[in-house]
Amino acid sequence: MRSALIALTLPMVLAFGVAVAAAQDAGQIKTSKGSAQIERSGQKLPANVGQVVQQGDIVTTGADGSVGITFRDSSLVSIGPDSVLAIDRFVFDSTTHQGAFDASLKQGTLAVVSGKLAKQSPEAMKVKTPAAILGVRGTEFLVRTGPAKD
Amino acid sequence: MFAPARQKTDSLPVWARNLVWLAPLALTALVGCATRNDLYVLLPGKDGKTGALTVESEGKKQTLDTPYAAARVKNVGSVDGVKSSEAEVKQDFGPALEAQPKRPVSFFLYFLADTDEFAPESKALVNQIFAEIARRPAPEIAIIGHTDRVGAQAYNDTLSLRRAERCRDELLKLRIPKVRISVAGRGEREPEVPTADEVAEPRNRRVEISVR
Repeated sequence: MRSALIALTLPMVLAFGVAVAAAQDAGQIKTSKGSAQIERSGQKLPANVGQVVQQGDIVTTGADGSVGITFRDSSLVSIGPDSVLAIDRFVFDSTTHQGAFDASLKQGTLAVVSGKLAKQSPEAMKVKTPAAILGVRGTEFLVRTGPAKD
Repeated sequence: MFAPARQKTDSLPVWARNLVWLAPLALTALVGCATRNDLYVLLPGKDGKTGALTVESEGKKQTLDTPYAAARVKNVGSVDGVKSSEAEVKQDFGPALEAQPKRPVSFFLYFLADTDEFAPESKALVNQIFAEIARRPAPEIAIIGHTDRVGAQAYNDTLSLRRAERCRDELLKLRIPKVRISVAGRGEREPEVPTADEVAEPRNRRVEISVR
């Protein structure tokens, strides 16, 4: 009886471990132009097409740069030149579509097509800038943030 | 016990204590000229539906819910509703819009009741799926199983996942180009045709292959 129980639970535990490891990937870079980088735990990685994006990453672009990312919930997020975007939180349950997507645009420009998280619950996606907090009730929007020009 | 802290405050020179009171006045003076160049714009959705966006800065709030409705934040704590346009958006956000990834495209394969067997008409779709994969940079496919509403939710979660896995195995047999594949079971949560519980509906027994 007990061995049957272990035989049942062990694969479940293993499967869970695999799922958690895969869940670290929040999205993948699909477009990249000019100078563009990902900062991950103090390291700088080139933001090339195909590069995985994780929760906690900061994506930055130079004066000629831009990056486009498709997230696991099919949100499409892209930034223009001289931009800094932090992926503060990304949690997505592919069965229930529940979770959370928090991002901060510190400077620059951002284009978003929201995905399954925002569709499932209007509170799930939040975008912050140094001046404002955005609540996303779905679909497509643009953000520009920065100090006033003289 | 708290005496040292208080002494420290008292020991500040008079000009420093006045500075604390002057700071909000200085801020008020700044409000006249803009300190921020922030712009938030709601776009019409490509699917014809326009969503909504709330923009909140220190308690001031605007809801944008029409195409090209926009908000300017010139100072923290002020949100001005304005109207943008397609032309202005291109000028202000051109490179970010050009960098947008291609939109995901979904294909649907259908199944025989309570099985993971393909309905015959679904087999022809596979070539279309491969062609879509070939058109994309760093392509991924998300394979998402669905069921009709016959059976308990937990049972349908398992069945939908099994259908998705079956699809993945079939695609792998066909030497699909090397791509990232994820598999999910949505159970009966997302019917293509809404029905009452326990209704058999072939159009809901399907697997979605989202190429992105």
